[in-house]
Amino acid sequence: MIRVQEDDFDPGRELEQLSAGNHAIGGVCSFIGLVRDFAGDGSISAMTLEHYPGMTEKQLEAIEKEAHARWPLDATLIIHRYGHLEPGERIVFVATASAHREAAFEACHFLIDWLKTKAPFWKKESSSDGEQWVEAKTSDDAATQRWNK
Amino acid sequence: MKVLYFAWLKEKTGVSQEILDLPEDVTDVAGLVTWLKGRNEGFAAAFADKAVVRVAVNQEHVATDHAITNNDEVAFFPPVTGG
Repeated sequence: MIRVQEDDFDPGRELEQLSAGNHAIGGVCSFIGLVRDFAGDGSISAMTLEHYPGMTEKQLEAIEKEAHARWPLDATLIIHRYGHLEPGERIVFVATASAHREAAFEACHFLIDWLKTKAPFWKKESSSDGEQWVEAKTSDDAATQRWNK
Repeated sequence: MKVLYFAWLKEKTGVSQEILDLPEDVTDVAGLVTWLKGRNEGFAAAFADKAVVRVAVNQEHVATDHAITNNDEVAFFPPVTGG
């Protein structure tokens, strides 16, 4: 399942719901992305996340489908927030459930790596110097490439 | 054709989305970019460095040689930075 929303979410509740009623699930793995209060040497006071409604959902669904094709997963969840966010706030949540831990761990890692280079989100950081669009990192592309083997 | 602009491409062009008639001699994304650049200074600035502009046609990532028609939805944006 995927969700794109402005509101925060409750990771505990989401994890509980992910495996509820399915006793074939032996392991659940999750990743939570948070807003940092620094970028390079400077400090960040807030962040605004813009996205492309329609394409965002389409891309996240495609990424999720790809994970299910590669690993034996019982359930997956991707939540991505947009709008105004402050340091410490949750931005993204990825959770995977499988009979065995290996698939859950690998698929979770895969999903966050792929999402970072394919889902149409853009971060704008606010600092004492004003506002600035975040530039994409080549290390993110490399992280995605790793899964193309 | 519906054309959308995101992040700093929206700021530089001053447009978030628009409906336009594709000029007859434009058949692919690269041709559209060349045509858009000729509109005004804002568009010229937004598309000055092609290396930092990404494109989607009908909400799928594509390369600039991708063919387009008047029925397509085209979006221009910088490399994504979500997650």
